[in-house]
Amino acid sequence: MALQSLDITARSATTTPPPGVRSTLQVAKLIDISKCIGCKACQTACMEWNDLRDEVGPNIGVYDNPIDLTDQSWTVMRFSEVEVEQGRLEWLIRKDGCMHCADPGCLKACPSPGAIVQYANGIVDFHEEHCIGCGYCITGCPFNIPRISKKDNKAYKCTLCSDRVAVGMEPACVKTCPTGAIVFGSKEDMIHHAEGRIEDLKERGYAHAALYDPPGVGGTHVMYVLQHGDQPGLYAGLPKDPQISPMVSLWKGVTKPLMNLGIGLAVFAGFFHYVTAGPKEVPHDDDEEEVQS
Amino acid sequence: MSRLIRRYTARERNNHWIVAIAFVLAALSGLALFHPAFFFLTNLFGGGPWTRILHPFIGVVMFLFFIAMAVRFWRFNHITAADRQWMRRIKDVLCNRDENLPELGKYNAGQKLLFWTMVVSIPLLLLTGIVIWQPWFAPYFPIWLLRATVVIHALAAWIMILGIIVHVYAAIWVKGTVRAMTRGTVTEAWAKHHHRAWYREMTGK
Repeated sequence: MALQSLDITARSATTTPPPGVRSTLQVAKLIDISKCIGCKACQTACMEWNDLRDEVGPNIGVYDNPIDLTDQSWTVMRFSEVEVEQGRLEWLIRKDGCMHCADPGCLKACPSPGAIVQYANGIVDFHEEHCIGCGYCITGCPFNIPRISKKDNKAYKCTLCSDRVAVGMEPACVKTCPTGAIVFGSKEDMIHHAEGRIEDLKERGYAHAALYDPPGVGGTHVMYVLQHGDQPGLYAGLPKDPQISPMVSLWKGVTKPLMNLGIGLAVFAGFFHYVTAGPKEVPHDDDEEEVQS
Repeated sequence: MSRLIRRYTARERNNHWIVAIAFVLAALSGLALFHPAFFFLTNLFGGGPWTRILHPFIGVVMFLFFIAMAVRFWRFNHITAADRQWMRRIKDVLCNRDENLPELGKYNAGQKLLFWTMVVSIPLLLLTGIVIWQPWFAPYFPIWLLRATVVIHALAAWIMILGIIVHVYAAIWVKGTVRAMTRGTVTEAWAKHHHRAWYREMTGK
């Protein structure tokens, strides 16, 4: 969606500031896992709004269906059966999808200018028309979200319904959620809302209930209320302290300018060596056995 | 005019130039995907997706022909005592004080080091390139491996590009060298001055 071209704060493979004079409200989606019943209405709403129809795959005997994110399934419910306390089974259902990091690893890794943008409202969006299909966004993402389509070799993921948000509507998943487990608003309001939910959960015995807004990626624009905030790993392997991999930071950080500098210096060193020391010629006295031809 | 000595056969020359052309194309397309400053180079290959599609195939061509070339030149590239002496006197080499340098065979230590740099970096580029090759192979490797591999691929490519810059510069700097790879011959004077042991071997003098 390129409608908000004046509201861009970051643009992939771009070393100068993008158009960013307008500042808009930072938005966020809050997913309260304690309220989720796993009905998958959000998956359906996502398909409907975004005109996606994933292939009907096999059921492998668990509720997760489809079993993973794909280019057609931008959000999936992940079901985890855990025994946090002995003898007390809990069914934790996490709506997985793009977290819309404030410091997006995908955007950092992307080599194609403008294929990934971050809007001033916090949404991280893929512009598939600029995507070259290299898969670097996959290496950049700490949450394993982007999927490359086998049909067109472009990367896809949740857009946080940037097209809906741009015209003042909430994302499709939020609109459809029957239990109110997914709410949408300004990031500030969502944090405030989460605080109330966490207080409630603590009163009900979830001593470690917490908001998941990981600082390692600068916070996220999709946040969770976790009953067991001290153990995000219980929720289908949600990373405890997600960060852009140091390998990606190294590759996209110091390496790029230093390597360019090295290549440039090598070329200039050659040129200036030539004009200083001069060419290496065969001296004439070596040519004793000169032949008249 | 000094008499001529054959340095490379037509097959060796063609082999070298196929590797060289593949290298230039691989380097340009690779740099395009490496840094935004070079992204415009994708235009040479028909745009971003085409650059992504072509780059690995160009790399495979470079690898295959390099292997053929490495097999041909392997035996001339063992580092000897004279090479070590040459390297200790690198200052004399750079300042064109050639009278202080030892007698050398077909290659000097700089050429040999370049050879071994390529022997290490090109297969490394192939292996790491296969791991990150979209869409054919990358989906079969874990993400942590892809992350490490892209860095190694970039580093290996960087070392190779630096090596080739030195290689090209040396060919321009040392007069009478380029014709060895374009026409296959060098002058006797050139051979005697730069590679005396090889000159003796070739001429029996």
